[in-house]
Amino acid sequence: MIAVPDERWLGRAEGPVVRPYALTGGRTRASGESVDLLALVHATGNPLADTAFLEPEHAGVLRLCRTPKSLADLASDLDLPLGVVRILLSDMRERGLISIQRPSANPLTDARILKDVADALRRL
Amino acid sequence: MPFVDSDHDSGPATPMSIKILIAGGFGAGKTTLVSSVSEIKPLRTEEVLSEPSILVDAIDGVENKSTTTVAMDFGRITVRDDLVIYLFGTPGQHRFWFMWDELSFGALGAVVMADTRRLADSFPSVDYFERCDLPFVVAVNCFDGARRYRPEAVRAALDLDPGVPVVLCDARQRSSSRDVLVILVEHAIKLLTDDKRAVTSR
Repeated sequence: MIAVPDERWLGRAEGPVVRPYALTGGRTRASGESVDLLALVHATGNPLADTAFLEPEHAGVLRLCRTPKSLADLASDLDLPLGVVRILLSDMRERGLISIQRPSANPLTDARILKDVADALRRL
Repeated sequence: MPFVDSDHDSGPATPMSIKILIAGGFGAGKTTLVSSVSEIKPLRTEEVLSEPSILVDAIDGVENKSTTTVAMDFGRITVRDDLVIYLFGTPGQHRFWFMWDELSFGALGAVVMADTRRLADSFPSVDYFERCDLPFVVAVNCFDGARRYRPEAVRAALDLDPGVPVVLCDARQRSSSRDVLVILVEHAIKLLTDDKRAVTSR
């Protein structure tokens, strides 16, 4: 058993997590490629997409990502665990409701971009 | 798949995102730093603990799998339309190491918050970032009433490489936290240009 928490540990007092996993049909892992924390999710607006399965949480995803949103932002805004949102997203991608873009090719190898970041931070 | 792009005509469709980790022991000021420079939101992750990820709890087989929820601090600084900086406060407990791999993947670098009253709490973070070769700086959070140490003393106590910046900060101050991030980015630039020089001189 896991011991009493000492740091931001959400224990029994945080309530059940049954509902999120009911949404995922009990799955705890998404199928297919794992979605990066910073991958951008965008509603396709595809009118032919299969919407029959939509739960309020799916609708929430669609509403939030009319403009591209990162997975981390979505999970935080929906107040759902990352793992649950990953599963929702993979289902929705399969049905053509959203597209998921990987984060742009690693900008960290370009010193000019990093200098931009430093300058931008200095102006904060 | 066609990409329907109706709502955001201005600016490029994919903003660049930069990820920075804020690590350190419990109470060292991670949350304070994230909230002083960015809009902070909680982010929950629900993880199935499986064998390789267990360092503390022994779990024998699938039938014993358990899930654990971890809450992280998550901050976002929108620098420009096309540039967003994300800050992730890494969960401090050792049993969450497995999450660090995902968090550090593709990260620009990390800030290790250190509290001089409990300096040993920052050892695991320092070790981790040294091992995975991620640029990091040590930010000594100067708490009221805590004895001030010189950065050199902290460097010696943490046995840091000479190149790793050690800065004193007050995480409650936006400008001070911002300066820590600037020093981290400058450090990452230096490592990058040093690397390139090393490659061309070979």
